[in-house]
Amino acid sequence: MNMKYNKLILGFSLLLLGYSCSKAQSNDAHLTLPQGFKATIVANDLGRARHIAVTPEGDMYVKLNRLKDGKGIVYLQDTNHDGIFEKQTSFGDYSGTGIYLKNGYLYASSDNSVYRYKLNAQNQVIHPDQPEKIIEGLINRRQHESKSIVLDNAGYIYVNIGAYSNSCQEKDRQNESMGIPGCPLLDSAGGIWRFNADKLNQTYGDGIRYATGFRNVVGLDWNQQDNSLYVMQHGRDQLTMFPKYYDNEKSAQLPAETMYKVVEGTNGGWPYSYYDQFQHKKILSPEYGGDSEKEYKGKADDPIMAFPAHMAPNGLLFYTGNQFPEKYKNGAFIAFHGSWNRAPLPQEGYYVVFVPFKDGKPTGDWEVFANGFAGVSQVSSSRDAEHRPCGLAQGPDGSLYVSDDSKGTIYKISYQK
Amino acid sequence: MKYLLLLFAVSIAALSFSSFSEKKVVSFQQKSTPMTRGKVIYTQYCLPCHQADGGGVLHLNPPLIKTSYVLGSKVTLVEILTKGLNKGVEIDGDSYTNPMPAQNLTDQQVADVLTFVRNSFGNKASAVSAAEVKAIRAKLK
Repeated sequence: MNMKYNKLILGFSLLLLGYSCSKAQSNDAHLTLPQGFKATIVANDLGRARHIAVTPEGDMYVKLNRLKDGKGIVYLQDTNHDGIFEKQTSFGDYSGTGIYLKNGYLYASSDNSVYRYKLNAQNQVIHPDQPEKIIEGLINRRQHESKSIVLDNAGYIYVNIGAYSNSCQEKDRQNESMGIPGCPLLDSAGGIWRFNADKLNQTYGDGIRYATGFRNVVGLDWNQQDNSLYVMQHGRDQLTMFPKYYDNEKSAQLPAETMYKVVEGTNGGWPYSYYDQFQHKKILSPEYGGDSEKEYKGKADDPIMAFPAHMAPNGLLFYTGNQFPEKYKNGAFIAFHGSWNRAPLPQEGYYVVFVPFKDGKPTGDWEVFANGFAGVSQVSSSRDAEHRPCGLAQGPDGSLYVSDDSKGTIYKISYQK
Repeated sequence: MKYLLLLFAVSIAALSFSSFSEKKVVSFQQKSTPMTRGKVIYTQYCLPCHQADGGGVLHLNPPLIKTSYVLGSKVTLVEILTKGLNKGVEIDGDSYTNPMPAQNLTDQQVADVLTFVRNSFGNKASAVSAAEVKAIRAKLK
């Protein structure tokens, strides 16, 4: 190729670059969405934006997983009502994942505690420097340490306490290391704990282990339609540690990421079993004598829906708004953070899916709702993805908000008739 | 006819044997540097967590790109590889939490994969020899 062509191509690329930059400034998010939907970027560069909560006034609280300028919660306002959050205020000296609004309080979690802040009539935090600590001393041993939170309508708060292990092996993530009999981690982790939402300084003894056998839950929500808790479990990694039964490709596609309806006593089956979405059954884990086919006969509940492996569901939201078309009403949106351990296959996820629901039951299969967060057509290493969906929230006008904890972008997805 | 068939079978066998051994030679030559051997080991044992680009996974698996771990002490590297590491690692203000399992590799394999990692993903550091690995492992025991 001669110089002239090179220069032409360079010029053209610069033009394209200029065009895409100006598009970005116009706040179009360039997501792939169903017909009639539009996504705009309403905030940018917030940091590691995890879960989000929107007030009835349309303001947003964002929980950060890493302190930014020493603060872990960002309060976003759209004071000039142009649809973009141009005003940012930060508070809270702890990082974490969980944030939720209920009954005049803002609840937020670090990786070992849960705090709350009293709100004024405009749902603004009255004393940002004086949170009340309602729960403390929760297990944080570095793995699956985030504490997701949600409240019901009866004064209880539900907290995920993830297992500090992949599959409760004697030696975590070590080839062919067997599972510890009667996995002791389950006493203080690997489940959902329930506490009083209105009592200070609680710890394990003050709450109950509401559900167990959940390796790690990040996305969870209270379904108002059937007044129940729903959770998304992050399935186990590295079945290939047992190469007799699993090659790399099999391990890349198993186990399913799973959705459960959770009532008191629900058991997700971890670490003794996992859900195989191809055989449609619970399989005994190889750490506990499984061979990839033996069905698990112990106590465990079935998921209500199974998704491809390792996609990391980080956000769950039941849609109660009136803006979206009828089929979305009461359905579930799930933000998949995106996989990292599907090599040698391409990575998967990095999108938001929709599951239609009625009266607490899925009425159809899941479908990709919003895609394109990664900004590339194929992710082979997780860093290839520019943005990673994490938290979900519904605005007062029925729009859907999605957070990205990679670049700190907030997306607003709306439907235009 | 019988003889003809036999001759046919023998020549097929000879042909396939010769092409097989040729392939063997070629692939042996391709894999015969520490970098190419190291890449094979990396792909099998390290890539699932540390990723194809060596960039790791934020908060879970540490990056192997220009970190003090990768470019620094060979003793520490050999120890992490052969004994595992189960404590949080902090790199550029982010913590990485997944435990590193001990790898069951020969001295030569450890040397090759470390040489590969120290000279891939934008890294540039001295090679690691099997003799060095052997000496370090003897002290670690």
